[in-house]
Amino acid sequence: MIMKTLLAEHNKLSHADEQIEILEHGQSDDFALVPFQQRLEENNLYPLRPTGVEIFQVNLGKMCNQVCKHCHVDAGPDRKEIMDKQTMKQCLEALKKNPQLKTVDLTGGAPEMNSGFRWFVEEIRRLDRHLIVRSNLTIILANKKYHDLPDFYKQHGIEVVSSLPFYTQDRTDRQRGNGVFEDSIKALQMLNEVGYGEQGNGLTLNLVYNPAGAFLPPSQTALEKEYKLVLKEKYQIIFNNLFTITNLPISRFLDFLLQTGNYEKYMEKLVNAYNPHAASNVMCRNTVSIGWDGYLYDCDFNQMLELKLACPSNHISQFDLKNLNGREIVVGQHCYGCTAGAGSSCGGATT
Amino acid sequence: MDNHYYNAADLNKFGNIADFQKNLGKKFFDYYGEVFKDSELTAREKSLIALAVAHAVQCPYCIDAYSSDAFEKGWSEGQMMEAVHVAAAIRGGASLVHGVQMMNKVKEIAM
Repeated sequence: MIMKTLLAEHNKLSHADEQIEILEHGQSDDFALVPFQQRLEENNLYPLRPTGVEIFQVNLGKMCNQVCKHCHVDAGPDRKEIMDKQTMKQCLEALKKNPQLKTVDLTGGAPEMNSGFRWFVEEIRRLDRHLIVRSNLTIILANKKYHDLPDFYKQHGIEVVSSLPFYTQDRTDRQRGNGVFEDSIKALQMLNEVGYGEQGNGLTLNLVYNPAGAFLPPSQTALEKEYKLVLKEKYQIIFNNLFTITNLPISRFLDFLLQTGNYEKYMEKLVNAYNPHAASNVMCRNTVSIGWDGYLYDCDFNQMLELKLACPSNHISQFDLKNLNGREIVVGQHCYGCTAGAGSSCGGATT
Repeated sequence: MDNHYYNAADLNKFGNIADFQKNLGKKFFDYYGEVFKDSELTAREKSLIALAVAHAVQCPYCIDAYSSDAFEKGWSEGQMMEAVHVAAAIRGGASLVHGVQMMNKVKEIAM
């Protein structure tokens, strides 16, 4: 079955306020969960405040060559919302003025599909920041113009973080579409060929695991061992670390949960697995997320729910780090996704 | 008590068995936790064994728990069904191997 974006399907979940309504009030009156805020209060973490913003995560847009079933961005080939050069320039200005922002993390969609991507990368590297690109891997093979991406990443010392939801074709393709596993394997081999994944050469290749269904990730350490074993044995692929990431009940994953009758059970699972230690380590405490249109958010999930930063300067054109570090982080029921079990962040488990 | 014996919601109350006998309950759950840790067998391998055993003992709570757990730990549907067949083969074999006993008895008494 060919997946479409929620937007293309005119699905009501393509509107953030519809998603928030379901997350905050459920679908029926007899389904009530402990408010996330209350759990934070019990752990003396409310209001949730930054520990100091160091990671500058830029979403270059919703355009993507894939339409994955779990995508919280509702990204796809039909999405036209991408960051323009002027907004990128504003991002560079903010980085120049704030050397505390040590890491720049580029995501999407497929960030490489933004025509300003390579220019933006080069400008960021001039500012001597650690640079991460979240690549879906298949983009490298999607078109001839992307075939040299491994060399481009290498040239700029980029840390590549790539989604590979599982080390078998079946699970990967079910989540990401037919043929994705095969192309991902080829792309990983291309990255290995230029030196990515080897220990000690500075070319870091990290993989991301997402559960292919309504369940939590298993132990990151145990799964990393299995990934390394299978990928090496079957495909001669090496990589550095595996990040296990929990699916948040947003956008297409929320749609999947609702369509399959898993929503309430999944939410209960997240709530029951609440881990106070993971709550104190949530990534929004050291991250700021910048949307394609320049608005600022606490994280990429809040961005997709259009929960703008609770701070007077909430656009990149008015970037003020001091102001940002003093803000209250906007939380909601979806936040249980980052505090369940071993915790979840863009860098994997947090405990 | 309800007029049926099994309730899916009771699975989450498993821990409550310690309410009536704290000491033994605690010892059991400590032991249980230890059994399923990564050791000479991985937690992943143990999960698949537990799934097969759950079918052998036909415990609906265990089947619920270990179907999720085994799938979460990365076993495929095919692998999980093969594990159930292992349980079925052992159970079937256990009946059939007693056929030898039956044969022995019949041979003993028959002319």
